[in-house]
Amino acid sequence: MDIKELTKKAVEVRKGIIEAVYWAQSGHPGGSLSVADILTVLYFNEMNIDEKNPNWEDRDRLVLSKGHCSPALYSCLANRGYFPIEDLKTFRKIDSYLQGHPDKNKVPGVDMTTGSLGQGLSAANGMAIAAKMDNKDYRVYCILGDGEIEEGQIWEAAMTSNKYKLDNLCVIVDNNNLQIDGTIEEVMSSYPIDEKFRSFGFEIIKIDGHDIEEITKAFEVAKNIKGKPTCIIAKTVKGKGISYMENQVGWHGKAPNEEQYKEAMVSLGTGLK
Amino acid sequence: MKKATRQSYGEALIELGRKNENVVVLDADLAGATKTELFAKEFPNRFFDIGIAEADMMGTAAGLSTCGKIPYVSTFAMFAAGRSYDQIRNSICYPNLNVKICATHAGITVGEDGATHQMIEDLSLMRSIPNMKVITPADDVQTKWVINEISKINGPVYVRLARLATEVIYDENQKFEIGKAIMHGDGTDGTVFATGVTMQEALKAQKELKEKGINIRVIDMFSIKPIDKEMIIKCAKETKKLISIEDHNIIGGLGSAIAEVLADECPVKLTRLGIKDAFGRSGNAEELMKYYGIVAENIIEEFLEK
Repeated sequence: MDIKELTKKAVEVRKGIIEAVYWAQSGHPGGSLSVADILTVLYFNEMNIDEKNPNWEDRDRLVLSKGHCSPALYSCLANRGYFPIEDLKTFRKIDSYLQGHPDKNKVPGVDMTTGSLGQGLSAANGMAIAAKMDNKDYRVYCILGDGEIEEGQIWEAAMTSNKYKLDNLCVIVDNNNLQIDGTIEEVMSSYPIDEKFRSFGFEIIKIDGHDIEEITKAFEVAKNIKGKPTCIIAKTVKGKGISYMENQVGWHGKAPNEEQYKEAMVSLGTGLK
Repeated sequence: MKKATRQSYGEALIELGRKNENVVVLDADLAGATKTELFAKEFPNRFFDIGIAEADMMGTAAGLSTCGKIPYVSTFAMFAAGRSYDQIRNSICYPNLNVKICATHAGITVGEDGATHQMIEDLSLMRSIPNMKVITPADDVQTKWVINEISKINGPVYVRLARLATEVIYDENQKFEIGKAIMHGDGTDGTVFATGVTMQEALKAQKELKEKGINIRVIDMFSIKPIDKEMIIKCAKETKKLISIEDHNIIGGLGSAIAEVLADECPVKLTRLGIKDAFGRSGNAEELMKYYGIVAENIIEEFLEK
């Protein structure tokens, strides 16, 4: 896909996020919107996947370690054709397969069950090690939150990524600078994120996480880095794309009401009034 | 002959590794103690020492299993079931991944290391997680069978292994089945349910009581989950007295698992021998078993005094 098409697709992904969270009246729109452009590029341009064969052995894999941003992942998967877009409206409902946090056994296209923060990078390492053992060339992507990396397990896992020289692993930190109780600096600073990952043996790429072209290029660069894992630090805006949600910590885990929902959908260009 | 089940585990892993190339082993800087070093020597490319990072080890194993590997993960029971509880629950059991957690040095029989290393809550923690199976093999023969057998089951298993060398109970021809307890003797004066290191104590008590004219049966509850309900009900109906004995807190372990079945199906009294909701202490393993009241003499007393 070219940049223009990916930009349009990212709008569709954002609509899906708002639909899911609105109809559930529950969920996490802020972080879903901040990671939406990154996931759009991955699912519509970068990853070697087949929506008709979700468990294809040679597919690229993605672990959404910040699993509460499931609306963004589900919206990408639905828009890619893994399941009907209409099903996003069943998100978090008792009879739905679209669980609050990603469930690999219930949702086609989800490669790892996540939700308890800090655990995804370890699983991604395991997948990347398996690829090396089997001489397969699939890549593994792992999305971390900037608050999530306060969890100690992330740094245990970072040592493992380095020890096994997992150059088939690409970590992306969604650096939206907000967590539930406030800014990253206020709550428990994970900065400097770049120096931390660099000292753990990662190649660092810093990008604007909403610039589709920069995101696309970063993944290209990452593919050609050999002998060590890559960490892309994506500067993002929590709530990106919905004006009243942008940079507002209160929209971490809150659903829009009807009026707010309509406003959001209009701003995303549905024609809703 | 005496042998620790951790040693049998290490030996069984090599055999399994030769038969099944998908088997991989992970350890957290305890390969010498858990005996996974035996596998590491023969299969260095299928062995991963994750260092002193048990949570990461569990997650790495989860990831490997999604790609068709069969990870056997080892560390001390304290750091497997204790430190990594959330990882085992959310990254392994909830997605029902094919990870075998083989935890050594369980119970107070760790000995001299003391309370910080004596895991007496692991059966409680592990058996209450959906999808998890929990096995405590009692001897060399059973351990080797279990380690091989669980490679054929798709899903998580927790195997509780001991540091202490204990008697070999079974001969090579013994048949085992996950979920089926094994009855030793058919006395009706009482039943002793044991698991792991307490099996040898139960059998010793059985022998001594027989000399005094008291005939009991000993049930090897190596499969804690799934548990053999039929055997528990049968013994409750056929024998006069029920006792459980375990190297574990009496809260949540074997005794509790049996009591749950009895409460549902056949309410009768059960005397639970085990660590009575206390932390352990340093000491020689055999001395500690006496101190905490989980040796043959404690079983015998129950039958003689009452």
